[in-house]
Amino acid sequence: MTDRSQPSTTRRGFLKAGLATGGAMAAGGAALAAEPDPLITEVQPWAQGLGEGVDATPYGLPIEYESDVIRRNVPWLTADPISSINFTPIHALDGTITPQGCAFERHHSGAIELRKEDYRLMINGLVDTPLVFTYEDLERFPRVNHVYFCECAANTGMEWAGAQLNGAQFTHGMIHNMEYTGVPLRTLLNEAGIKPEGKWVYVEGADASSNGRSIPLEKALDDVLVAFKANGEALRKEHGYPVRLCVPGWEGNLWIKWLRRIEVTSQAIESREETSKYTDTLADGTSRKWTWVMDAKSVITSPSPQSPIKHGPGPLVVTGLAWSGRGAIERVDVSLDGGKTWQTARLAQPGQAMALSRFYLDIDWDGSEMLLQSRAMDSTGYVQPTKAQLRDVRGLNSIYHNNCIQTWWVRETGEAENVEVS
Amino acid sequence: MSKFRDLVIGTALATTLAAAPALAEKLGLGRAALPEEIAAWDMDVAPDGTGLPVGSGSVEDGEMLFSENCAVCHGEFAEGVDNWPKLAGGDGTLDDADPLKTVGSYWPYLSTVWDYVHRSMPFGGAQTLAPDEVYAITAYILYSNYLVEDDFVLSNENFLDVAMPNADGFIVDDRDQVELPLFSQEPCMSDCKDSVEITMRAAVLDVTPDELTEDVAREQEAIKAAAAAQQAAPIKLPDPKLVAAGEKVFAECKACHQVGESAKHRVGPVLNGVVGRQVGQAEGFNYSPAIRKAAEQGMIWDHATLDAYLASPRSVIEKGRMSFQGLRSEDDREAVIAYLRTFN
Repeated sequence: MTDRSQPSTTRRGFLKAGLATGGAMAAGGAALAAEPDPLITEVQPWAQGLGEGVDATPYGLPIEYESDVIRRNVPWLTADPISSINFTPIHALDGTITPQGCAFERHHSGAIELRKEDYRLMINGLVDTPLVFTYEDLERFPRVNHVYFCECAANTGMEWAGAQLNGAQFTHGMIHNMEYTGVPLRTLLNEAGIKPEGKWVYVEGADASSNGRSIPLEKALDDVLVAFKANGEALRKEHGYPVRLCVPGWEGNLWIKWLRRIEVTSQAIESREETSKYTDTLADGTSRKWTWVMDAKSVITSPSPQSPIKHGPGPLVVTGLAWSGRGAIERVDVSLDGGKTWQTARLAQPGQAMALSRFYLDIDWDGSEMLLQSRAMDSTGYVQPTKAQLRDVRGLNSIYHNNCIQTWWVRETGEAENVEVS
Repeated sequence: MSKFRDLVIGTALATTLAAAPALAEKLGLGRAALPEEIAAWDMDVAPDGTGLPVGSGSVEDGEMLFSENCAVCHGEFAEGVDNWPKLAGGDGTLDDADPLKTVGSYWPYLSTVWDYVHRSMPFGGAQTLAPDEVYAITAYILYSNYLVEDDFVLSNENFLDVAMPNADGFIVDDRDQVELPLFSQEPCMSDCKDSVEITMRAAVLDVTPDELTEDVAREQEAIKAAAAAQQAAPIKLPDPKLVAAGEKVFAECKACHQVGESAKHRVGPVLNGVVGRQVGQAEGFNYSPAIRKAAEQGMIWDHATLDAYLASPRSVIEKGRMSFQGLRSEDDREAVIAYLRTFN
């Protein structure tokens, strides 16, 4: 068994450790150590004995010290975990690619198990030849690779009425970003031949919910992807193995998992998922429908409530994620004072259309309180609004599409809390 | 800046074209879908009634069917149980602080109700309802919203005559017109406001789930140990920890099965006394032929059989109706069996 005398991995443990280190630094500075570090001066067991051989874990899992970096659920949100959602631990990840194993899940009738051999994809409706494809058929079409974010329309939806959930994972974790391999939907539609009356496609999954949605033909022929690999490997069961739809920049509910049928229609079907759900009620009681595009948005992932500052004053990396369904992220600004003044953060790489961007702001923290905010701008010139700006237009009951600027109140201790500011 | 933007878009397009495979002629892959196959999968119903099969169902029949198939989650009067959706009420609340969105108060098209009930309900038993039953349940949901009288019969003939109260309550996404101009201004960088006050704190509400603390981890270890001990000595009374863990696992079963004193048959039978008993013995439950056959052959819900059934229902009762994927974790199965034993 592995030695369990590791420092505590709980948040409280981190905070305690952080306070101790912070105090030491304030007193003595970072460069001088009081006494030799036994981790260096004493021969450690891992430097003496042997580690695990190959094949100990034929498919590798994260090391146990990272066991807190997992998807989490908010049980009171839904009636049952079978029709529910959980959240990506974005507070603990870096870069932009989300590992499949901790990428959020959203099911309407549970994650089903569908073998490739049992997989069939039907194209029917207003087409010249209704077709059935097997998984092997799909593999014979020319394929493409693209990195796209998939964000649930309800991401940040619990924050409309006020600051509610204390952690970036819970406020902004209904998102993941993967590199997909698949066949453009237009290739498959071309194979069936679209009739001139066709204006929409109705797409549905093989699970009991089927989660049918209507997508305008224009989008279907543009960049929609029928994907079977993510981050280089097969999709996970929970993300629609063996085949899912990717609808770049548009709300996650359209990204049909276990994709089984594509029907070309002359009208929108107005299914449950596009009428009673995924419609946005405004203050006067009317509701917007077909709100497919995800607006530009960003969030600071660290420091944040689940990722407090543990090292005291001095060099501090402020980092976060930004994305837009209308194009690429062009710029992210960060405020340390709740939006009075802003400075432009550094993008780790030039923004890619409909994919996550990672930003960094490297500061010398003086140890005083901060009200951290980030503000994304995309390639169309759209600037992420404040919650007040959004509320002025939409009221408090939209549920979906909350892309407001998020505020973290960072205390002198390094602890952070989700707050709203004037 | 706009020039720069054009350049970016131009470059992006060029890149896309270069990276995408050339648009080819048809490859001749796949095969023609047969009419029977299309009929089996193409069951969506559009607002204008396209896709509705011939049939009818009354409020009266619907009330009974609703009670049998839907009320366990949605309530006898469609008022909703716990966090499950309410299907009735909420009239005139859409501009309230807390709108109640139901079939009556919110859904714009009746076709959506029919389509959803037909293809996805009841939860855990999708596509078990015949078209006439779906008409009847849809009629009952209308009745529970005071939209039709109690002698109403819904059919494909009169389907489009039903007026949905919120049919005109929707507008097509107008963010591009309403919001883009507002949110595409050059952003402020300094002196953006005079003062900043904290107006609300998440910690005050305290609704965030706890991190996995060492206490919780220890608790989980203890449950695992109890499960192992239970398996070694299945005759003993179940460990209370294991029972508690089993109660949590049972949440996955609750959509269809009830236990306890006031338990009633739902999609699945009441499970009181099931552990150790002969298969198919719950009084008054309409078992599938497959379960009845297993009962005739004398199958017993002993520990091993239950465990195998819970792991993969259809590997034990091949043509059974329990449409449940199965519990992967042995610990979960052990816990839920321990929990069920407390109702013996």
